[in-house]
Amino acid sequence: MIAKLLRLQPHQPLTSEAAKSAPLAIQGLSVAYHHKPVVWDLSFIAPAQGLVAVVGPNGAGKSTFIKAALGLIPKLSGEITVYGKSVASQRHLIGYVPQRGSVDWDFPASALDVVTMGLYGKIGWLRPVRKAHRAAALGYLEQVGMADFADRQIGQLSGGQQQRVFLARALAQDAALYFMDEPFVGVDAATERAIVNVLKDLKDQGKTVICVHHDLQSAPDYFDHALILNIRPVASGPMAEAFTAENLQHAYGGRLAPSELSGLIPLAGQ
Amino acid sequence: MDLPLADFLQIDLPALLVAVLAGLCCGLPGNFLVLRRQSLIGDAMSHVVLPGIVVGYLLSGTLDTLPMLLGALSAALISALLIEGIKRLGKIEAGAAMGVVFTSMFALGVLILEQTGASGVHLDVEHALYGNLESTLWLGLNDWKDLLSPTGLEQMPNSLQRLLGVSLLVILLTVAFFKELKISTFDPEMASSLGFSARLISIGLVVMTALSAVAAFDAVGSILVIAMFICPAATARMWTDNLSRQLWLSAVFATLSGITGYLAAAFAPLLLGADFALNAAGMIAVVASVFQCVSMIFAPDHGKLGRVLKQRQALKME
Repeated sequence: MIAKLLRLQPHQPLTSEAAKSAPLAIQGLSVAYHHKPVVWDLSFIAPAQGLVAVVGPNGAGKSTFIKAALGLIPKLSGEITVYGKSVASQRHLIGYVPQRGSVDWDFPASALDVVTMGLYGKIGWLRPVRKAHRAAALGYLEQVGMADFADRQIGQLSGGQQQRVFLARALAQDAALYFMDEPFVGVDAATERAIVNVLKDLKDQGKTVICVHHDLQSAPDYFDHALILNIRPVASGPMAEAFTAENLQHAYGGRLAPSELSGLIPLAGQ
Repeated sequence: MDLPLADFLQIDLPALLVAVLAGLCCGLPGNFLVLRRQSLIGDAMSHVVLPGIVVGYLLSGTLDTLPMLLGALSAALISALLIEGIKRLGKIEAGAAMGVVFTSMFALGVLILEQTGASGVHLDVEHALYGNLESTLWLGLNDWKDLLSPTGLEQMPNSLQRLLGVSLLVILLTVAFFKELKISTFDPEMASSLGFSARLISIGLVVMTALSAVAAFDAVGSILVIAMFICPAATARMWTDNLSRQLWLSAVFATLSGITGYLAAAFAPLLLGADFALNAAGMIAVVASVFQCVSMIFAPDHGKLGRVLKQRQALKME
């Protein structure tokens, strides 16, 4: 009854065929800071080719989920595979767009420098950056409409432009599975369009994007799958099935105003 | 025989070389420490070296290079571990953890020094602060060509040999791992997610810092070591927004500070009619901070003056 209400994904062992081929398969993931659980018993299988919005209230563990999936913070328990293998062995297939506030924008680097960093994984230890790498990086900057700012020190860019530099850096990683942590926060309209276009391109190329997203209104427009979290998973699946007023109200503990849900009512009625 | 040339070669040249090399081997890693907001690590390393040297001396009973170097290096590594441990267990910020560790280690060094009578030898607290730059002598040099002769090289002072080796190693490592140092300094999470373990690179940087501090400490003292970890890098940052250019510039500023500072200490008082010389290590540190102050004001993009002028211009345009 409760499982039906919450539309939880049934627990599947990660040895199942579905999990083996999935871009990301998570079984029973729990993460805690000190004694406080931040993510609890999360199981999730990401669709091959698709854009997944990770939504939930503040403190729901959205960023923590992404960082744990990337192996950047230790997990308490759980199993994570990327295309059937451990995260550590599949790093070359994973791209990451962190929150903008996570780095020092006064750092002596140009937009091109930062995008070039996306290629470092392919270049490898001890090998220098060559002209061809910088030319490739410039191409990625062009994709997000930032080629004119290639030589600009990153602190001299607007918030939206900085976000686009991060996006270009992720594109440079040429990954199959992307994690993005709130890329739409505090950006201008041009950047929002650029991000949406990049997301579409990535999907058309058969890639999977898992993106923390805070704006419930735009989520159904930009993404085709949803993972709704509030420490515990509330629902996951295709937008039309998971992203319902009922599930959201459950995740947000009834704190959503009717106006915030109004756009979603038709979905809920399906 | 040209006596003044021999004087210069035996007294001034080794001091100048030591000053420049100490500046280089501290200044290069200093760039990354300053950008990581960890400049205090250099401070910590240069202080904890003292107990290490004293214990190395007490255990070996000689003033040989190797035991003291090993003592200093292990003290540096122990304190790096202590800092990390205190940071985690005490849940306090890195700066405070460093402050606790390096002051207590330095105090411990002073206590051991005074209690054991080791201070009678050439280890003393003053030496720890100001170093030994003026008494670095390269005997056996009478002419430039002696520099490359086997007998001349054989007499190269120990501190200079050590600094030469460490400087070459530091330059080599910085060039080889430039890309890795850059990405792990700018975005450690990204570095780790690409397979460049930020923790591993961070440990490597601390070890390199410890090595530089140990090699430079004996010759130039802790004051100059601290200044050289911070000043050349912070000064260079004022003049460029490009990291590799910043590294080059920091090397230039370190070299200039070493040469100008030493010459000013040795000869400026004489020119002014005084018959004493100033402490060279102190003077070099002063020159380095003068470079820093001048750059903070006059550097085109990051200097205060340049910024104010640009703002004025922008206002006029409107």
